[in-house]
Amino acid sequence: MVNQQPRKYHAHVWDEPIILEMGRKGERGISIPKVEKEIEKAVKEYKSYVPSKMLRKKRPKLPEISQPHVLRHYLRLSQQTLGMSLNIDIGMGTCTMKYSPIINEELVGLPQFTETHPFQDERTVQGILEIIHKFARIMCEISGMAEFSFQPGGGAHGIFTNACMIRKYHEIKGELDDRNEIITTLFSHPADAACPATAGFKIISLHPDPETGLPDIEALKTAVSKNTAGLMITNPEDTGIFNPKIDEFVNIIHEAGGLCAYDQANSNALFGIARARDAGFDMCHFNIHKAFSSPHGSMGPACGAVGVSNELTEFLPVPIVTFQDSVYHLDYDRPNSIGKVREFFGNIETIVRAYSWVIGMGAEGLKKVSETSVINTNYLIKKMSNIPGVTMAYPKQNIRLDQVRFSLEKLKKDSGVGTEDIARRMIDFGIQEYFTSHHPWVVPEPFLPEPCETYSKKDIDYWVSIIKYVCDEAYANPEIARTAPHNQSTSKINQGVLNDPNNWAMTWRAHVRKNKRPTHK
Amino acid sequence: MTKNRELVHPYIPNSVPEVTNEMLKEIGAKSVEDLLKGIPKRLRFKRSLNLPEPFLVEMELRNHVEEILSKNKTCKDYLSFLGAGCWQHYVPAVVDEIIHRAEFLTAYAGNTYSDLGKWQAFFEFQSMMGELLEMDVVSLPTFDWGTAVAFAIRMSSRMTGRNEVLVPKIISPERLSIFQNFCQSKRAPNNIDINLVDYDSKTGSIDLDDLKKKISSKTAAVYIENPSYLGIIESNGEEISNLAHNNGSEFIVGIDPISLGILNPPAEYGADIVCGNIQPLGLHLNFGGGVGGFIASRDESKYVSEYPLHLVSIAKTEDKKGFGFGFCSFDQTLYITREKGKDFTGTTVALWTIASAVYLSLMGPEGLRQIGETIIQKSHYAAQTLSKIDNLEIIFSPNFFKEFVVNFDETGKKVDEINKKLLTKKIIGGKNIANEFPNFGNSALYCITEMHSKKDIDRLAAALEEVLK
Repeated sequence: MVNQQPRKYHAHVWDEPIILEMGRKGERGISIPKVEKEIEKAVKEYKSYVPSKMLRKKRPKLPEISQPHVLRHYLRLSQQTLGMSLNIDIGMGTCTMKYSPIINEELVGLPQFTETHPFQDERTVQGILEIIHKFARIMCEISGMAEFSFQPGGGAHGIFTNACMIRKYHEIKGELDDRNEIITTLFSHPADAACPATAGFKIISLHPDPETGLPDIEALKTAVSKNTAGLMITNPEDTGIFNPKIDEFVNIIHEAGGLCAYDQANSNALFGIARARDAGFDMCHFNIHKAFSSPHGSMGPACGAVGVSNELTEFLPVPIVTFQDSVYHLDYDRPNSIGKVREFFGNIETIVRAYSWVIGMGAEGLKKVSETSVINTNYLIKKMSNIPGVTMAYPKQNIRLDQVRFSLEKLKKDSGVGTEDIARRMIDFGIQEYFTSHHPWVVPEPFLPEPCETYSKKDIDYWVSIIKYVCDEAYANPEIARTAPHNQSTSKINQGVLNDPNNWAMTWRAHVRKNKRPTHK
Repeated sequence: MTKNRELVHPYIPNSVPEVTNEMLKEIGAKSVEDLLKGIPKRLRFKRSLNLPEPFLVEMELRNHVEEILSKNKTCKDYLSFLGAGCWQHYVPAVVDEIIHRAEFLTAYAGNTYSDLGKWQAFFEFQSMMGELLEMDVVSLPTFDWGTAVAFAIRMSSRMTGRNEVLVPKIISPERLSIFQNFCQSKRAPNNIDINLVDYDSKTGSIDLDDLKKKISSKTAAVYIENPSYLGIIESNGEEISNLAHNNGSEFIVGIDPISLGILNPPAEYGADIVCGNIQPLGLHLNFGGGVGGFIASRDESKYVSEYPLHLVSIAKTEDKKGFGFGFCSFDQTLYITREKGKDFTGTTVALWTIASAVYLSLMGPEGLRQIGETIIQKSHYAAQTLSKIDNLEIIFSPNFFKEFVVNFDETGKKVDEINKKLLTKKIIGGKNIANEFPNFGNSALYCITEMHSKKDIDRLAAALEEVLK
């Protein structure tokens, strides 16, 4: 079955200019409302309201383009973008590229949501507060936690928020002077190391056991001390392997006086199956733009929903939505709160969608999501066996949950074609590239598929057939993958300029300045 | 549905029982339980999740969510004068058309080959912001304005090796709280002290004497906002810049990008780093969801090497015939160096970035100039009209852009009380700032944009007269 012939594919090639090269002087994309005649008479010229030093002297060199051409340009750019909805997006492990239901886009586009202001009187926004409050109750049931905040604007931001709460907890106990270390694992998301570092902590990372892929509990025992502030850990880690001693990890940290934060970025296989609080965790975060179906938006807007146990609710960011006397309220009166991590309430559009997604699933549907995710992953593992050059990392762990890490070390050794080459070659078949893995690459030449519940058996078969095709091809003719892509909107770029101050260009003006003759027409 | 009939869900193709069985058979498992045995029994959730009854039929789901949302009163049905960092500007239809495209909406981390269009839109956002700001480096935005400034403060601290920042006393309390979380507790060894600089009590602008008093060899950066949180256009940008630079400090300025068609971009008066909120550029209010904060600077390695955020660079193809894009200095992000990286980034607000790119290309230089003129004239008409009402006073400088402070002390009525009465007339009054800035008395921050007509402003004035009677 894995010898399917690849379907024909070629990406759109529009060869669009950069927008600053488009249009011509005098064209307009939209008309601006002018002030009424009566206002014009009543007020002075605009310049008299601006201190002269603060008046803009030079017109910004923005393009001048008519509306149909702006539309055409961005439609073409959209066509040169391989969104999840258009392909078998199984490769992006840790990202849970699931279907984002179209109905939710319609709901979140209603003016009853889009035209509400965060500082409106709470009595005028009872609908949106109801959704936030009800979704928080749902998240509490899913995780076992006591309260949630949706303020953080992404997964890393959720982790940062949890680190701020750990900091506040120790500060109030008067122990922050000593408790300045966060323990994490190398296969937890890099944000579990980077975000607590920004919050002021020293980081200790536990390395995976070369046999099991799991962090070593003995190393944890050595790492804890009177300086331990907490543990920030993913489970299953970015390998799809569930840590069976996770509750013992939590106990060790608790006995040392630290708090435990569960990074639930990889939660898609756990709905109704295992809960953060039941393993003893004090806090957790979920990526609403991943397992809860809010679309990834090319990289946000997103939400890193943070949940905490009863003992820690006082530290959550303000406000919390409460329900009293049949009215929803915004509770700011929380003296031990860490305050704000984001202005207003967060990307609430993600919460409207996630509420609608969960309420369209129910308990049975959510469990079905997780069970299907597990079946899909293990089916993919089965199908991937015996592809030349591909091995599964930590083969003794033959069952995985939501994702699985493979290695192309052998392929690279045999053919010189590495994982980044294969990723670039995959997309020649209309399949989004896979995610290699976060660094450091403890597993050499890695890749990390996550075949979540969105994908059918046939989808998985096809995806595996493409992996097999490109690996076979790499053995037969390595040059094809090395110079890939060949059927895409553009070809292999010169990576060197990205780290070269004389050539990098983050704006068109910098590009023009550095290349006396711009390369593009 | 009978009890033992499996749920076949439209979002889950493999929920068809026959397929599940085929797959389990191929795996060599009897049931899904065999695949979950890696989770110890003691950690398994024993009961079913206690969730509300689901709406499995899309039609019913739509009705359910629409019914809840219909309880909201909107700034479309009501006449709103709220701003304070989330402003009601017109969103051109083309913007929504583009960001609803499934390609952009559902893309994620694909590189320049599979997602060339997404990357080009990012680069175009950075490029057009660069023209607006007169700066050569612009980042992809982070979560919000406050976080962008917090990162800029931390960049400055790393660059100067100093651990104190001066910020204006007139600032959004929400932004200040974000700074505090990023600048860490006083007890942490690498904490950055946040010191507040006073305002001139007449004009509301930065008190230069107080700034001179507070700036020191510890000052990593001086941060100001222009226009300020309360709408005032700061006229002493150059003096503040000189004070900062003569002291070896970085000068960071926060701006409202929709003002830059008529206001001088901070680079022209010496800013090293510029931050701001992209929400005015084509984003809906979204209950505060439609925001994003960018960082911009000069194109110098000392700045570029401190950015925590993604920087998209254009790059030629190896065959030199075309171009693509990639992340500049990706090695300094958490993705490569974990805790040794420069703070953190991650999933932020990319789709809003595309919205702002579309907005800026529709507006062009003339559109931005015109909208700036329209807004400032309308806001001054509103202030002029309201100031004619007995006992009502517009405080601070006459140099404001789209927001101004209305003081109600002499009316004998509290802002909350007034706003409640306005609400019965389907008017949402300005933000009550009495708790945020007790010194300014019983005051509210009013916001006027191009969305407000003369009729709207006159309606507000008439309603206020009636309420204050």
